[in-house]
Amino acid sequence: MDRRSVFKSLAGLAALGAAPSAATGAVIGKHTILDPGLNPESLPQPALTGGLAFLTVAEARTVGAVFDRLIPADELSVGATQAGCVEFLDRQLAGDYGRAATQYRQGPFVKGTPQQGPQFQQTPAERYRAGLAALDAYCAQAQGKAFADLTPDQQDALLTDMEGGKVDLGGTDAKAFFELMLQNVREGYFADPMYGGNKDMAGWKLVGFPGARYDYRDVIGKRGQKLDLPPVSLLDRG
Amino acid sequence: MRKKTILGLGLPLLAIAVAAGGLLYRANDAARDRVADDRLKTADAAPPDAAAIQRGAYVAATADCAACHTAPGSAQAFAGGYPLKTPFGVLISSNITPDRETGIGDWTERDFFRAVRHGQSPHGPLYAAMPYNAYVKLTDQDMHDLWAYMRSQAPVHNHIVSNQLPFPFNIRLLNLGWNLLFFDNHPFQPKGEQSAEWNRGAYLVDGPGHCAACHTAKNPLGGDSSAYLQGGPLQGWYAPEIANNPHVGLGAWTVPEIAQYLKTGSNGRAVASGPMAEAVENSTQHLTDADLVAIATYLRTVPGSNTQAPGPLAADDARMRRGAQVYAVNCSACHEGRGQGVADMVTGFAGNPAVQSANPDSLVQTLLKGGRGAVTEANPTGAGMPAFGWKLNDADAAAVLTFIRNSWGNAAAPVTADQVAATRAALGAPAVVK
Amino acid sequence: MAQQRARVDAVIVGLGWAGSLMAEELTRAGLTVVALERGAWRDTTTDFPPAVDTDELRWSTRRGMLQPQAVETLTFRNRPDQGALPLRDWNCFQFGWNVGGAGTHWNGMTWRFKPYDFQPHTLTRRRYGDKKLADGLQVQDWGVSYDDLEPFYDRFERLAGTSGKAGNIQGQAQPGGNPFEGPRQRDYPLPPLQRTRACDLFDAGAAKLGLHSFPVPAGNTSGAYVNPLGVHMAPCTYCGYCEFFGCGNWSKSSPQACILPALKRRPNFSVLTQSEVLKVNLAADKKTATGVTFIDAAGRLWEQPADIVVISAYQMDNVRLMLLSGIGKPYDRASGTGVVGRNYAYQTISGASVFFEDEHLNPFIGAGALAQAVDDYNSDNFDHTHHDFIGGANMLIHSTNGRPIGMGGAVPPGTPRWGSDWKKAYRDSYQNSNSVYCQGTSYGHRDVYLDLDPTYTDRHGMPLLRVTFDWNENDARMAHFIADRAVEMGHAMGAKVVSRFEPTAKAFSPMDQLSSHTTGGAVMGADPTTSALNPYLQSWDVHNVFVAGASCFANNGGCNPTGTVAATTLWAAHAIKEQYLKNPGPLVKA
Repeated sequence: MDRRSVFKSLAGLAALGAAPSAATGAVIGKHTILDPGLNPESLPQPALTGGLAFLTVAEARTVGAVFDRLIPADELSVGATQAGCVEFLDRQLAGDYGRAATQYRQGPFVKGTPQQGPQFQQTPAERYRAGLAALDAYCAQAQGKAFADLTPDQQDALLTDMEGGKVDLGGTDAKAFFELMLQNVREGYFADPMYGGNKDMAGWKLVGFPGARYDYRDVIGKRGQKLDLPPVSLLDRG
Repeated sequence: MRKKTILGLGLPLLAIAVAAGGLLYRANDAARDRVADDRLKTADAAPPDAAAIQRGAYVAATADCAACHTAPGSAQAFAGGYPLKTPFGVLISSNITPDRETGIGDWTERDFFRAVRHGQSPHGPLYAAMPYNAYVKLTDQDMHDLWAYMRSQAPVHNHIVSNQLPFPFNIRLLNLGWNLLFFDNHPFQPKGEQSAEWNRGAYLVDGPGHCAACHTAKNPLGGDSSAYLQGGPLQGWYAPEIANNPHVGLGAWTVPEIAQYLKTGSNGRAVASGPMAEAVENSTQHLTDADLVAIATYLRTVPGSNTQAPGPLAADDARMRRGAQVYAVNCSACHEGRGQGVADMVTGFAGNPAVQSANPDSLVQTLLKGGRGAVTEANPTGAGMPAFGWKLNDADAAAVLTFIRNSWGNAAAPVTADQVAATRAALGAPAVVK
Repeated sequence: MAQQRARVDAVIVGLGWAGSLMAEELTRAGLTVVALERGAWRDTTTDFPPAVDTDELRWSTRRGMLQPQAVETLTFRNRPDQGALPLRDWNCFQFGWNVGGAGTHWNGMTWRFKPYDFQPHTLTRRRYGDKKLADGLQVQDWGVSYDDLEPFYDRFERLAGTSGKAGNIQGQAQPGGNPFEGPRQRDYPLPPLQRTRACDLFDAGAAKLGLHSFPVPAGNTSGAYVNPLGVHMAPCTYCGYCEFFGCGNWSKSSPQACILPALKRRPNFSVLTQSEVLKVNLAADKKTATGVTFIDAAGRLWEQPADIVVISAYQMDNVRLMLLSGIGKPYDRASGTGVVGRNYAYQTISGASVFFEDEHLNPFIGAGALAQAVDDYNSDNFDHTHHDFIGGANMLIHSTNGRPIGMGGAVPPGTPRWGSDWKKAYRDSYQNSNSVYCQGTSYGHRDVYLDLDPTYTDRHGMPLLRVTFDWNENDARMAHFIADRAVEMGHAMGAKVVSRFEPTAKAFSPMDQLSSHTTGGAVMGADPTTSALNPYLQSWDVHNVFVAGASCFANNGGCNPTGTVAATTLWAAHAIKEQYLKNPGPLVKA
């Protein structure tokens, strides 16, 4: 199963009308034999292991420092970087998500009302590239240090200001960038471990989510009881 | 390795056979087919006999002609093109529509009789993949009706090169020698002491139904072994015993259950899948209830194998413990917590003889590549078994199969990771996602 | 030049619920039917088996099964005097994009609308007088009654394997069911789903308040089932992977699980996948359609001639295709004339988040329609004499989708959204939170409509649909009243924290996932000056075009729309079979 075939099929979307691809639709009727095997496009796409696919080492350090304030290590569970959230983000940005494969990308790009939703010309990957650089530049100017080298209290204060829309990061909408990072770190902490985050199912264990299970008939009758079902990941290998 | 053995064994035998001219003649004697007309060609214009055509359509259904003589997914029935994987290589089924050039349009009725009942076509001897060793039992009347039906089909121009076997199996004349060894050249003989129903069942099973083609194990040269209807491997599957061993055969099934299975593809517990799903879809679902009961009545009298149920593995066996975990996460949503399945939709494992066959090939194949239940008029659902080859590694696949073969009253030999690995490689099943 | 395909009796544009039901009816009547579906073939075993379903990031967060905006999106504005901009990223509208349509990844709530919902104009005036209808509101009857549709609701519930409890069988009240529902000929084919702790809490709260609690009718099977087409469904396992997910074990009603296995076997049916219809072609006199033009996955243009054209795509796309094809007069807000794009409606949402203490709600156990509801404040089930609005909402608690990414924001108000305090709060609220969710009626309004965008286009260069929508005053007042009731319910359930939500108090944004229930724009009715379709879903102007789906709703009811999509479709199919085929032409004189 060619892992790139999925990217190709999504990447081909935008161009489909203009540039005919080799793919053709199917006529399905009485005589069509439906192969029971898994459609290659439905095959799970686990993250590659090792190295960085999109982020630079410096970017990974900065975003890791942000993530560890958003989901810090404490007595409840490990922090975001230890749970693999930076690797998670890196793989996401290198893939369809990072390149905004599903988004509507035609112009004109106009800033509208809040009700009209994000109108970014940049892809998520581009927003991280610009946003992390802007964040470090801001810290360098204000504190003489990169974000990662600030104290946790300084970091929290800055993030609080970003969340409240009180920081000017130049071309980067600081509040929107904060929201993007908050969304992505939660994704990394709670998505299936095959995507690189949620290591050892730390996120699932934190809240008691049993993971990739599909049958609760044996326990649905235990209404209101603590169940303590050990979590299972999608590619559980025992 | 296997091929060498076959050659080493086969060629001297064949030499002896060729020497035994008289016996050879008897094995290939098709004098019985002279009852058929030898002038009118299949494609010639002649007034149709509507009643014969209708009866012939039924005979074609009982003989499942369309299954092999139609290309997969094609709307053109009988135009050939179905690849049959034999231990000796691939055979492509022929075009049997009345096209003069590429089909059987230029055959006479007698040519047709000789081909179907004796494997002797105007183009030379047929391979036994065409089950003439069963069709030889067909009555003259059924043959006549079948020909009438084939004549009524629209001709399809579709050139097929059937024989794609390697040397020496590509030599068609060798089939004559094969016939000497394995072809039981006799018409169906009713047994007077048995009921008409039983005899009708025996005729359908051994004649048009050619059940033994899959369900009787073959010797190295492709002839039937003596373990009649006691199960056999084919094309990466295992056709389970349909004789009366209670553990791995039909010994625990009632006549109505067998008939229902053949009619709908399920008896409420087991669901037909793989090649049997095709047989149900193309053939048995179209049979009358009376014929299905006759088949079941006959099958319930066929002596079963003496396969003994082994003692089940202990539940605390490491393979069983892991298998139980894999089952809970991957299988129970459809097959239910105690392997009971969903009636007429998802096969049950508990007490299912096919699950406990000594040979687990069908289970391994279905787990790795997925499968589909029979789709019938009575039950159009055709629920699929998803493929798990991408998800379960060899050890986990073996564990869960071992678990279903040894839980809820089941008992069968464990499946090993090596068996799964071998099947994965042989089938080109997907590798595990990493 | 488009290549020609062989003529068929009927072409179906979009193979979701409406298209599948229509195809099943028409092929059973012997017609040759070709369905054109923009998305790909999607089936249980090959595309969403349990082993790939259990992936929140892929299917829910990233919405892997929905039609991407890159294929087509909408432009949006709140008011006619604003410029509209495209919705670039995932939003509240869940366009289907595969064989099965949105019916593959819905939740399964299979309601019937109330009798009042089909005749709000007549019944409101009858009970409260003319003055009850506010200025600007376009409240109108559907030209069809609940009683007309009842046999078709019943048929769909049988096909879909619906689990529920009747409240009114032929006028006889049934304990445990919804006492406010219209009379039914018989009970649901399957009993209700098992309940959860959240349902119990809601039930107790309702009892305390004197309200009538009942299980929501569910397109999730409470047991194994065989439908009238002989198609089997398996029992729901309460896995909780419903909305945004395909069902891996045939227990959620969907075209795949319920209709297609039987439909696909018919020799007079076929579907062309990855084939997108660009327009319906009209004869020179514009009174009949000749077929449709579509583009295949390789970018080739085709023409599919047909005697009947059934438009059964997503609600928005139905309206768009009519506008692109010149079928019916587009709505013009300035003059108030025209019908295509008129009476668009969304679902009016309000409610209350509830947080308990020391509970184990086990939110991962659930089903798409596993919910307990009250209908006491829905529709015209209560006296509106002293209220300054018409309509109402059902109120329910829902056990599903208890997945950890999506629930991350479900912490009590005032809790930080990150840091250790958030972690602690989330850990607690994951097992202790839910919401009293109220989905209300929504009525057409002069300033709310659909038309073609003048600026933005899809990948083929065709104009996008423009949505002009904001809550109207009537609906916002109703939602405010209902939110008060939800807060009462939260307290009655014993919640420690009850947090009111009332999105109708501010301007609507489609980026908020309040509901995906979007209706109208090509509505049915008895009056051709206010409806695009006659009561048989037949275009008033082009008699061999039928338009099925929620686009036909003259107003939105206070519950989920799919049951009514199905009932109106089957009702129209019946009219086509019994009347239109015998005498093709307008079924109602304009």
